Amino acid sequence: MKTRVLSRLISPQTMALAAVLLVNWILFPGFFDIEWKDGRLFGSLIDVLNRGAPVAILAIGMTAVIATKGVDLSVGAVMAIAGATAATMVEAGWPAHTAVAVALLAGLACGLWNGVLVALLDIQPIIATLVIMVAGRGIAQLITEGSIVTFSDPTLIFIGTGSFLGLPMPVVIAATLAVLATLLVRRTALGLLVEAVGVNRSAARYAGISANVLLLAVYVFCGFCAAIAGMIVAGDIRGADANNAGLWLELDAILAVVIGGTSLLGGRFSILMSVLGAVIIQAMNTGILVSGFPPEFNLVVKSGVIILILVLQSPLSATLFLRAPKAKTGASK
Amino acid sequence: MNRSLRPLAATAIIFLLCYLAAVIQFPSMLSTRVLGNFLTDNAFLGITAVGMTFVILSGGIDLSVGAVIGFTGVLIAVLISHFGMHPLAAFAVTLTIAALFGAAMGAAIHYMQVPSFIVTLAGMFLARGAASVISPDSIPINHDFYTSVSQAYLLMPGGGRLSLIGGIMVLVFVVGALVAHRTRFGSYVYALGGNTTSAALMGVPVARTTILIYTLSSFLAGLSGVIFSLYTSAGYSLAAVGVELDAIGAVVIGGTLLTGGYGFVAGTFIGVMLMGLVQTYIIFDGTLSSWWTKIVIGVLLFMFILLQRIVFAASAPRKKAFWKV
Repeated sequence: MKTRVLSRLISPQTMALAAVLLVNWILFPGFFDIEWKDGRLFGSLIDVLNRGAPVAILAIGMTAVIATKGVDLSVGAVMAIAGATAATMVEAGWPAHTAVAVALLAGLACGLWNGVLVALLDIQPIIATLVIMVAGRGIAQLITEGSIVTFSDPTLIFIGTGSFLGLPMPVVIAATLAVLATLLVRRTALGLLVEAVGVNRSAARYAGISANVLLLAVYVFCGFCAAIAGMIVAGDIRGADANNAGLWLELDAILAVVIGGTSLLGGRFSILMSVLGAVIIQAMNTGILVSGFPPEFNLVVKSGVIILILVLQSPLSATLFLRAPKAKTGASK
Repeated sequence: MNRSLRPLAATAIIFLLCYLAAVIQFPSMLSTRVLGNFLTDNAFLGITAVGMTFVILSGGIDLSVGAVIGFTGVLIAVLISHFGMHPLAAFAVTLTIAALFGAAMGAAIHYMQVPSFIVTLAGMFLARGAASVISPDSIPINHDFYTSVSQAYLLMPGGGRLSLIGGIMVLVFVVGALVAHRTRFGSYVYALGGNTTSAALMGVPVARTTILIYTLSSFLAGLSGVIFSLYTSAGYSLAAVGVELDAIGAVVIGGTLLTGGYGFVAGTFIGVMLMGLVQTYIIFDGTLSSWWTKIVIGVLLFMFILLQRIVFAASAPRKKAFWKV
């Protein structure tokens, strides 16, 4: 048992994170400084966690979807819809908790729509979720009537910028969600069922798993996560920007899941590893910013890291290094 | 009627019905002037969509095309404005780079056995990043060649102008359709999309075809970047963001199946025209805000996906339940 925990700690993801943090530290010596100010923690490391929280939350939902051999391209647009709903409602005079509840419902509804298309109409996930990805920003603009809705509601702002026990609120939300989701899928049979659907949907159905209900639930959960992330982003800038909120974050979320080692072909998945993937991406972004490189290098470095990870994970490199492909030996867990 | 032609026919009929409805409301839409602008304004999208059709026919996806358009635009602008190259030489250089970029992605997809989604996502980041590293600002292109080419047109009956860039798009569609349906490479693409394993067993050169498909897609995206720079007379690293989605949308609306192996280049043309029609209609109407474009295209996408499901469920040789339990 002990060796298993140890071997988990030295996974490629943790090594990659350590390497990125090390490079950040060399480029910017004050990277690990953390100080206590005004009742909360400050520092680059905290900033990495704080900025990485929305993508981490998206990655939690996305992991579940990708584990079923699907993909959800609509999460960025759903973020915009949720942010727009919450902001417009508090500005119209509704109490904050109602606005949050309705925004979450909007996320759930988008997820349900995706789920119905994928599970009941049997449409390919990429295409099914493309509909909301294309139309979603239009809907968000419809809600905000084309303008950026700013608000000063303390509850909504607290979701984006507040702190709890010294940690930024987004980090607390992401961590809670990650732990709850992991407990839910690993302490019950749910995770196993999701993997079964991902590996072979019809086989899972013949084995008595109600694959359609499970698929629906997974997409609804992903929409729910996207709505939370959308409210965090809106609370952070104290406004809902229908055009730019969560723009291209679906790609970052998918990337986080892939870095975390979940296969796009379904099956084996790990929510915590995906969260780690999101933190790695953000550590790279922050590292480029604090080390003084122009931000234009951000995308180039990111693509370089993806290519490196793809090469390391590919069967080609496995044969080159005369090792058995990892994906086949380490199926599930 | 041939069963396989049904989705194409459905798309064409829906386009004609939409156009008819638009013409009844705004009679001036039925003119070669509007048609000419259709072709000019959607030229870069159409050319990209031809490449995307081949990729999707083979069962893959190419997310990098928008970024390649941005990258070629910036590179052309820098080569012309800063290095004083002739535009034609700059076109040759950038198109070669774009084609090699696509070949590299195709090779990565085949040899590393990674889903095209992820490889082209990395390609998208790389091309977009490289473009902003070259220049984060928009670079204007002032060259006599540009002014003369971008204003070149052919007068159509009715006073419409078929611009050179609109003409290039039509030409690319014609060549694309011929390549897809009349060449060996075209049938290899369909075979790969149908079933990669059986295609390989039948002797289809999978590696070469895969690399060629992505080379073609990136080359056409590069050509589309050339057209885009002619259209805007500038190069900007953030140009054409999200065009990959429009292109995928046009291909899907045009009746090509995302699972691969089924579709027509001509259908994509109708898809592009339908998206152009939606935009033109919203401009003609004047009271609708621009975000309705996104919503309507989303709804159209949904309708076509649903339509394809129904048509395929009805025309499938095996009886297949529409609602799976």
